[in-house]
Amino acid sequence: MQLDIAFIIEKVLLISVILLGSLGIAMYATWAERKVAAVMQDRRGPNRAGFMGLLQPLADGLKLFFKEEIIPDRSTRFLFILGPALAMLTAVMTSAVVPWGPDIVTDNGVISLQVADINIGILFIFGVVSLGVYGVMLGGWASNNKFSLLSSIRAASQAISYELAMGLSLVAMLMMTGSLSLREIVEQQHGFWDNGYFTWNFFKQPLGFIIFLTCAFAELNRAPFDLPECESELNMGYHQEYSSMKLGFYLFAEYINLFISSAVIATLFFGGYNFPFMDEVAAGVSPILFAIICVMALLTKVICIILFFMFIRWTLPRFRYDQLMRLGWKSLIPLALVNMVITGAVILWVIK
Amino acid sequence: MGVYEISFWFLTVMALSCALGVILSRNPVNSVLFLIATFFAISGHYILLNAQFLAIVNIIVYAGAIMVLFLFVIMLMNLNADTEPQKNRLVQIAGAISGGTLLLVILAALRTSTISSLDQTATDIGLIKNLGKTLFTQFVLPFEISSVLFLSAMIGAVVIGKKEQTV
Repeated sequence: MQLDIAFIIEKVLLISVILLGSLGIAMYATWAERKVAAVMQDRRGPNRAGFMGLLQPLADGLKLFFKEEIIPDRSTRFLFILGPALAMLTAVMTSAVVPWGPDIVTDNGVISLQVADINIGILFIFGVVSLGVYGVMLGGWASNNKFSLLSSIRAASQAISYELAMGLSLVAMLMMTGSLSLREIVEQQHGFWDNGYFTWNFFKQPLGFIIFLTCAFAELNRAPFDLPECESELNMGYHQEYSSMKLGFYLFAEYINLFISSAVIATLFFGGYNFPFMDEVAAGVSPILFAIICVMALLTKVICIILFFMFIRWTLPRFRYDQLMRLGWKSLIPLALVNMVITGAVILWVIK
Repeated sequence: MGVYEISFWFLTVMALSCALGVILSRNPVNSVLFLIATFFAISGHYILLNAQFLAIVNIIVYAGAIMVLFLFVIMLMNLNADTEPQKNRLVQIAGAISGGTLLLVILAALRTSTISSLDQTATDIGLIKNLGKTLFTQFVLPFEISSVLFLSAMIGAVVIGKKEQTV
């Protein structure tokens, strides 16, 4: 097997750009979250550091870096450090299979804007998401604090429960696409309108989308499902004993997860980098400019979904734990199964 | 030695040493973590065999779900080296004898067997499309029967859980 140096350089560049991009967007997601909260609560929000508080995320990052780092005496040292590391690792790993834009065809060859086009793309995402629990669990247990342990157990059971409904809601969509590769799923949603119906999966699987979105809230530990960080019951959550940048990594990993899962939702249900009248645009501009426009279209969708996540967070109150479990097991899973059966029947008898 | 051989030997050494770590580490949480690492090594082997579906399902099911539940139980029971109950001498001897016998049988079986050479030609049977077709045509009966088995196990778990609640 011959190693292709140009290929490796291209991929390393792409990975660095995606990594830095998601870190930057996650940073400004923290700023956007505060601004959204402020607007919804009729406040001003951060406005001291820079114009409209735009330097606030940098100031927060510096503050976290310079704080004293405390590792509790009775903690399991190795696992205590491994926890936030795993949380960060699993947060950024999902970005590998998301197609960020169409292939750029140049004279020298084809440049792909996807790190890895594996034929089981969606399953890869599920694998990484299911591993994401370990960061929280190990951190919570290693802290040797009962509240942290309780919180991490909540987080893990919540994640496992909602993964089931999430998978089932996707099965119905996969029955329609017939492929697990994210690239193929995006290409099937080309444009916006085709053969007298929308091409985006959102219009073909509205129920599946709602189930998937609800499960995404639970997987991200975001309000109204942020039970692992329920201050009134658990002091602070699984990261109670953490300080300095280790705490920062936990908080930051959540925002990276928010960004990446919005990208996945946009890819699966809202056509990824496709936009209406894209063929007309492609005919008029150069391939590189077209790719940039496509990436911008994807990022616009992602930012809209992130804002939606934030609006929900500041609108709905937190669920109670038994309500959360009842919703997951007794409502969403049967609903997803029904959706699956209906989709199967439609494919068998209506579409053929 | 190509990339294939290097990754094969790396994964093999990783799988074996992590499997040893499972039984040798004193702390049960570390054992679970070693077991997860072993699953990753085995998944790597699946990928080398061009069976990506099996690799990722191995990670989702074992590392992502079953080991989380293991970790759950161990964390809640708060097992560690200090509270481990001491086994009495008779049990230790019995364990050593039965383990030794098993080792003897395995050695006797392996002594005469020949090791088939590694076949590097790529097969497509591990890809999801071919696997699904095989499962739903050639092996449809065993496949469905095993799903009934899982269902009965699930119902059994629910029944046991209910019983403890009422008592």
